[in-house]
Amino acid sequence: MAVERGDVEHVAMLAMLAFTEEELVAFTTEMNGILALFEELEGVDTDGVEPAFRVLRRRNVFRGDEPGEMLPPDEALANAPDRHEDAFRVPAVLPND
Amino acid sequence: MKLYELTFSQIRAGLSAGEFSSRELTESVLDRIERVEPALSAFVTVRGRGEILAEAERADASRASGGNPGALCGVPVAVKDNISTRGLATTCGSRMLESYVPPYDATAVARLRGAGAVIVGKTNMDEFAMGSSNENSAFGATRNPWDTGRVPGGSSGGSAAAVAAGEVPLALGSDTGGSVRQPAGFCGVVGVKPTYGRVSRYGLVAFASSLDQIGTVSRDVAGAAALLEAIAGEDPRDSTTAAEPVPSLLADTGTDLTGVAVGVPDEYFADGLDGSVAEKVSDAVETIRSLGAKVLTISIPHLRFGVAAYYLVADAEASANLARYDGVRYGHRSDHAEDLESLYRMSRSEGFGAEVKRRIMLGTYALSAGYYDQYYLKAQRVRTLLARDFERAFESVDAVVAPTSPTTAFALGERVHDPVSMYLSDVYTVPVNLAGIPALSVPCGLSASGLPVGLQIMVDKFREPVMFRVAQAYERAAGVDSSLPEL
Repeated sequence: MAVERGDVEHVAMLAMLAFTEEELVAFTTEMNGILALFEELEGVDTDGVEPAFRVLRRRNVFRGDEPGEMLPPDEALANAPDRHEDAFRVPAVLPND
Repeated sequence: MKLYELTFSQIRAGLSAGEFSSRELTESVLDRIERVEPALSAFVTVRGRGEILAEAERADASRASGGNPGALCGVPVAVKDNISTRGLATTCGSRMLESYVPPYDATAVARLRGAGAVIVGKTNMDEFAMGSSNENSAFGATRNPWDTGRVPGGSSGGSAAAVAAGEVPLALGSDTGGSVRQPAGFCGVVGVKPTYGRVSRYGLVAFASSLDQIGTVSRDVAGAAALLEAIAGEDPRDSTTAAEPVPSLLADTGTDLTGVAVGVPDEYFADGLDGSVAEKVSDAVETIRSLGAKVLTISIPHLRFGVAAYYLVADAEASANLARYDGVRYGHRSDHAEDLESLYRMSRSEGFGAEVKRRIMLGTYALSAGYYDQYYLKAQRVRTLLARDFERAFESVDAVVAPTSPTTAFALGERVHDPVSMYLSDVYTVPVNLAGIPALSVPCGLSASGLPVGLQIMVDKFREPVMFRVAQAYERAAGVDSSLPEL
């Protein structure tokens, strides 16, 4: 099943990525090549086989609900591209008007 | 012999006997880095000479004050640039994290520091560990020390090249689908991918969480065992770490492999395997047989579906894990955004390189409405079948041996524009990650064209000791030439 340019645009929208026209065209061809590799799995009989999801049997690891050590705000914010007091600053979420 | 040429075993013996100090060793290593680094680009960051040497001196002082300093005390170690180091840039080979400085240490790094290891710097890698050649680094491709026109493998290519060139005796890497073992094979060094859950992933920048595992790179098997012992074990900060105690990983058992059953899977010797790799690996199997191991032919029937299952699972997990890079809290922020959504979209599009975008796109597609069952769920079912293939094999053998990669190191530029051929070069390494088992690549000689070949040894979960036993017996018996490549 081939993907088309429109499918690639839709996936880019979901993935929060922007592509130029040229990149979209190239990526459509490339993606079809890779999906052809993935489609080899169609030939494998997986009836009644559980999906793996995890490889160790361990699950539900609990700990006491006690606060641990936390990073001081200045360290936690040290990599922020834009900071306002103890917060990360971003452009307006809603239009100004 | 210069100190930078020593393997870990020789360093351990020399430091304990007082033949040289950590400061002398570290200076030799730093001089070596200065001399060969321009040709290799194995590092993204090397720390300042002064602070490194101060740590080496502290290790010497702690050794002089008696007590038990531990195997890694005063030993220089490099760390892959996707493993968080407090106060030291951790770029993941990406423009996205070019100026990111972690406010905390990964558990593996904290344990290394606690053991007195001297961290010299951060090694180059394919961006976000996505690649098999190191050509996807935003900071330039690392070169293979055996032939600088060839790739070192990836994604831990910087760690492998650095160790192979004598820039450092030990390094940490990460292995999601072969990213430690394949470059170790290409560069003629020892690379270990532990059992999933053996080593904490806390502070390892996430790529595919159900597959990622921190591993080791060293010139000798003893170095790998010592490094893994130092970083392994349960961690309350990673709930996927295993509660199993970490045993002593390497007993000195000499070269006798009597009582060990080794399986050779037919499927790993089929079409696509380079003739000179096949020859070296078959010779290695004969050596292992001559040491007393029983060698059986076995089958891993789903091997050929491993690459497709792996890339679906890994890309799906990556698309979710990399959603965190939004230009808000850390990492690249676009200057061209007009509102919050365009901030996300522009920051990601400017910060990520081509392969990372490709994987996010494929993963997003595989998880999107209408395709989840067909791609993602199907891949996870095939993953179960592959894991069962290994479970069945380990009912009759202790270890499975095979080539690490189908070819030796390929030329720079040869595959970078053909993702499918790049992905297929991982065919022998990805099944191990899907099954969660440990595996190791040990050098088994040079091909006719003078390039290293790797022998892969795979064992059942938590059976690292038998993996190290077979590897060390082979390493000693084969007498593999451990001299450094000419640079």
